[in-house]
Amino acid sequence: MRVGVVVFPGSNCDRDALHAVELAGGEPVALWHEEPDLHGAQVVILPGGFAYGDYLRAGVLARFSPVMSAVRDHAARGGLVLGICNGFQVLAEAGLVPGALLRNASLRFEHRWVRLTVERTDTPFTRAVPPGMTLRLPVAHGEGNFFLPEDQLDALEARRGVVFRYAAPEGNPNGSARDIAGVIDARGTVCGLMPHPERAAEPLLGSADGLLLMRSLVGSGLASAAA
Amino acid sequence: MTTFRFVVAVMPRAGILDPQGRAVEGSLPHLQATEVHDVRVGRRIELAVDAADGGSARSIVDRLAAELFANPLIEAWRVEPLEEPVA
Amino acid sequence: MTAVQAAVAAPPPIPLHRLLGLTDDELAAIGARLGRAPNDLELAMFSVMWSEHCSYKSSRPWLRRLPGAGRGVVAGQGENAGVISIGDGLAVAFKLESHNHPSAVEPYQGAATGVGGILRDICTMGARPIAVLDALKFGAPDDEQTRHLVRGVVRGVGGYGNCVGVPTVGGELVFDPSYRDNPLVNVMAVGLLEERHLTRAAAPGPGNAVVLFGSATGRDGIGGASVLASATFDETSAAKRPTVQVGDPFAEKLLIEASLELIAAGLVDGLQDLGAAGITCAVSETADRAGTGIVVDLDAIPRRETGMTPAEVMISESQERMLAIVRPARVAEVAAVCRRWGITATVIGRVTDDGAIRVVAGGLDGSGRPAAGAAELARIPAAALTSDAIVYQRETRPPVHERGAPAPGVRQELIESEPGLPERGMDPGAVLLALLGHPNLCSRAWVTTQYDETVGADTVEAGEHGAAVLRVRGTPWGLVMATDACAAVAALDPYLGAAMAVAECTRNVAVTGARPLGVTDCLNYGDPGRPEAFWAFTEAIRGVADACRALEMPVTGGNVSFYNESARGAIAPTAQIGVVGLLEDIDRRVGPVFRSAGDVIGLLGSTTPGLAGSVYAGLAGASLDDRPPGLDLARERDLQAVLIEAAAQGLLASAQDVSGGGLAVALAEGCIWSGLGAQLDLAVGSTPALELFGEAPSRAVVSTTPKAWERLADLAAGRGVPLERMGRVGGDRLRIRLIGLAATGAAEERGAGVADDVDVPVGALQHAWAAGLPRALGEAA
Repeated sequence: MRVGVVVFPGSNCDRDALHAVELAGGEPVALWHEEPDLHGAQVVILPGGFAYGDYLRAGVLARFSPVMSAVRDHAARGGLVLGICNGFQVLAEAGLVPGALLRNASLRFEHRWVRLTVERTDTPFTRAVPPGMTLRLPVAHGEGNFFLPEDQLDALEARRGVVFRYAAPEGNPNGSARDIAGVIDARGTVCGLMPHPERAAEPLLGSADGLLLMRSLVGSGLASAAA
Repeated sequence: MTTFRFVVAVMPRAGILDPQGRAVEGSLPHLQATEVHDVRVGRRIELAVDAADGGSARSIVDRLAAELFANPLIEAWRVEPLEEPVA
Repeated sequence: MTAVQAAVAAPPPIPLHRLLGLTDDELAAIGARLGRAPNDLELAMFSVMWSEHCSYKSSRPWLRRLPGAGRGVVAGQGENAGVISIGDGLAVAFKLESHNHPSAVEPYQGAATGVGGILRDICTMGARPIAVLDALKFGAPDDEQTRHLVRGVVRGVGGYGNCVGVPTVGGELVFDPSYRDNPLVNVMAVGLLEERHLTRAAAPGPGNAVVLFGSATGRDGIGGASVLASATFDETSAAKRPTVQVGDPFAEKLLIEASLELIAAGLVDGLQDLGAAGITCAVSETADRAGTGIVVDLDAIPRRETGMTPAEVMISESQERMLAIVRPARVAEVAAVCRRWGITATVIGRVTDDGAIRVVAGGLDGSGRPAAGAAELARIPAAALTSDAIVYQRETRPPVHERGAPAPGVRQELIESEPGLPERGMDPGAVLLALLGHPNLCSRAWVTTQYDETVGADTVEAGEHGAAVLRVRGTPWGLVMATDACAAVAALDPYLGAAMAVAECTRNVAVTGARPLGVTDCLNYGDPGRPEAFWAFTEAIRGVADACRALEMPVTGGNVSFYNESARGAIAPTAQIGVVGLLEDIDRRVGPVFRSAGDVIGLLGSTTPGLAGSVYAGLAGASLDDRPPGLDLARERDLQAVLIEAAAQGLLASAQDVSGGGLAVALAEGCIWSGLGAQLDLAVGSTPALELFGEAPSRAVVSTTPKAWERLADLAAGRGVPLERMGRVGGDRLRIRLIGLAATGAAEERGAGVADDVDVPVGALQHAWAAGLPRALGEAA
């Protein structure tokens, strides 16, 4: 199960994501941003970092990279795409998931361990999570404050577009609307979240909860490939 | 071909939370500027376009503003001819 | 008046060399090395290369006394970073460096470019940077100027490190009035490399191409680090703002990736990063190390400003640039790698065999000689700019002060003016809470939550609780790293403070079970032309050297920062030490947090006690009888050996070194971080503060399961290290029963026979510790 991790100039969590894919039983492949080619990857990850230095707006310049046309086509065909942190910002700027990620309410970069409720375990990204389990993952971002106008938030909730929410006791690290930490598109195959599952894929690093998301992704890729 | 210069001012949409503007406004008492209010912080982009006429130059900038310089979900913008660069 | 009269009446123009910061004697020395007078461009090049920051002209004779040889050292003093083998063909690179003066002028950029510079030093050795630690020292935290610097520096360290993608896993944050005008920003970086990729900053092979890659050259920092670091501060410092370098961490990330790719592909014969004194420094150092020369093609250097003079181009400190020595046949491949990463690579010169640095305007021909019509603007022997730069034998003179005088950082008025601070002799529990909330001891979460600690997915323990631990992927090993200084003691005794810093830093590593590998140092002192300030520096060299020899630690490299003083006075003498250690089995690492109720708590090690220089003495005032604690390096070595062996045998549930705040704070931290209480007995003498809060070195608080205690006791006894049983983990309070003959404070007033116990709920300890820093800085938590 080949999982592609896009590398933009300035991505800095790509190697972490590639390693986590391997731990989850997938075959990791790095996808250089200048090629509009997924090299046979059936699942695509947009990793964390500061693509293009986050200049102008986080994720906006990366959105226009050649590889994104291949990612778009892949998503249009129902292919799985996971955006982590900066990757979520790129997906939002590209309109592949709803919303925008604004500056943290504290106006500071926040690195914290947070707890997430998993609102849906019936997505390709969360299938391996036991229902009711909360996940412990780290966040590390300056612009993770999820925003949509109120009426669009209602619509998002109504169609069950919220997949992850920040939970007590650690709470919401960035002021995100309705404590939203991750969302999924209407088709259910493109997901973005601010926390880093690839940094929580081994007990040695403080939590292995992130591995459940990575395994979901690899397993779902296998399932749709077989279909 | 002539070179036309433009400035694009990008501001947070009215009603969007502007934490930077709020933080700047919060610092004003330290500078004894208590009569100042309604501070909002945005972005300014200056650029030059080579085109046959002002109209085609302007439409290029309009497209860039909507697709790249501003995120229409959260920002509003205005395009104007640039008289004098700031620096 | 007439023009002639005006010219005669006007003051004579200041000679160029003095404007550039060179003395008349230095001008003469330059002339002697050249065999003629230097031209303006050559003067500019000498002025930056002979600045204190670049030439180490005051410190070089003394730095030779630091022991550099040691087990596994493959690159040492004089290289861009120290490198030590760790096994399996892997090596660790590490170094500490200062960026003090730029941070005082522009805190965000000063700190950011400080991080950028040390990351490049690591990368230039062929290593991928894996961690950053920042040691920060500021004035009193209630001062608005200090708060401005703290906010800017922390944002700068985070802003740069987070974007480059290297986790900031540890550091120090210390407040003391002596740093008010001269904050210290010392940054340590650690990197990992395969030893076969070790790259030197030399320019071998006459005929090789000299390739500049990275950002274009502008007017950043013209005379910045070199000039700022070589001058004390006065009212004109604000005018120096334009010379502070501006960093671009995105460009640095690309530069690091491109450099590592070039090294892995074997495409470069030498690599040097550009820092202070820019291109001039990079070409002269690499040529001098190889015994070759370099001819620079001035016109080829990519610029981002128009109208730059040759001097500006040669001394510019524009950031995120590297210099590579490349065989001509490989230049095209090098350019291709750089292009892929979106950075420019340009051939800007050639290696020659004449030992000289030459600057040519008008281009070079195909064989590297000046083209027809080209002009040679400068010709200087490379050695004259570097290894043969002027050296000073500075005068030293110990300051005259009475033995036992209070440390300069202690303000007697603190006792009355600070609300709620306990006077000496008050309830020890209240004193403990005040110490836990003290800005120098409390939680640093306000800072560390602004740093990405987990990028890289290798961080096992970030340094909030002690040394940082990173795993080495693909091996069972861990790398442990820490940085410490003992400036409050150094203010009383610079030799002792420096030696104690080495002891404390190696102890912080050993307490996890890791074997310390080597030391890097950043020595921060005042004006070297002032004999008392230079004396403090020489005492620190003695202290670091003696401690490293006793602990068998090589000093693999470091940095000296002088001129940290203003009209108000100099900083406390600050020898900042950095240590990296190796854990053979990362699963056997030991942390400082109590693990289980019922575990036995003990105090391992012993030493000569003393209160002077402690945080307690700073709060409560130091009496004239107080002394700093004593340091016995043999006992320190034995303690560390026991800690490492005990960890390897799995005997320890927790271990924490005793330092800031003393034994009571170390015990309290074990409770705070675990949420578990402890019930302990402590023998005290006539001044319980000594046993409770004294910061005597060479001790560790350890806890074991009841079964393991006897084995630990045997191990310690075998090495002659005292182990005193104190009590047990359990309950929800920290209770220390004081056993002794003397009463103090409230107990004394009641006529009780002995001092009151320390008896504080763990929740109260946690609250005091968590609230301290935001309160001190006037920030939201």
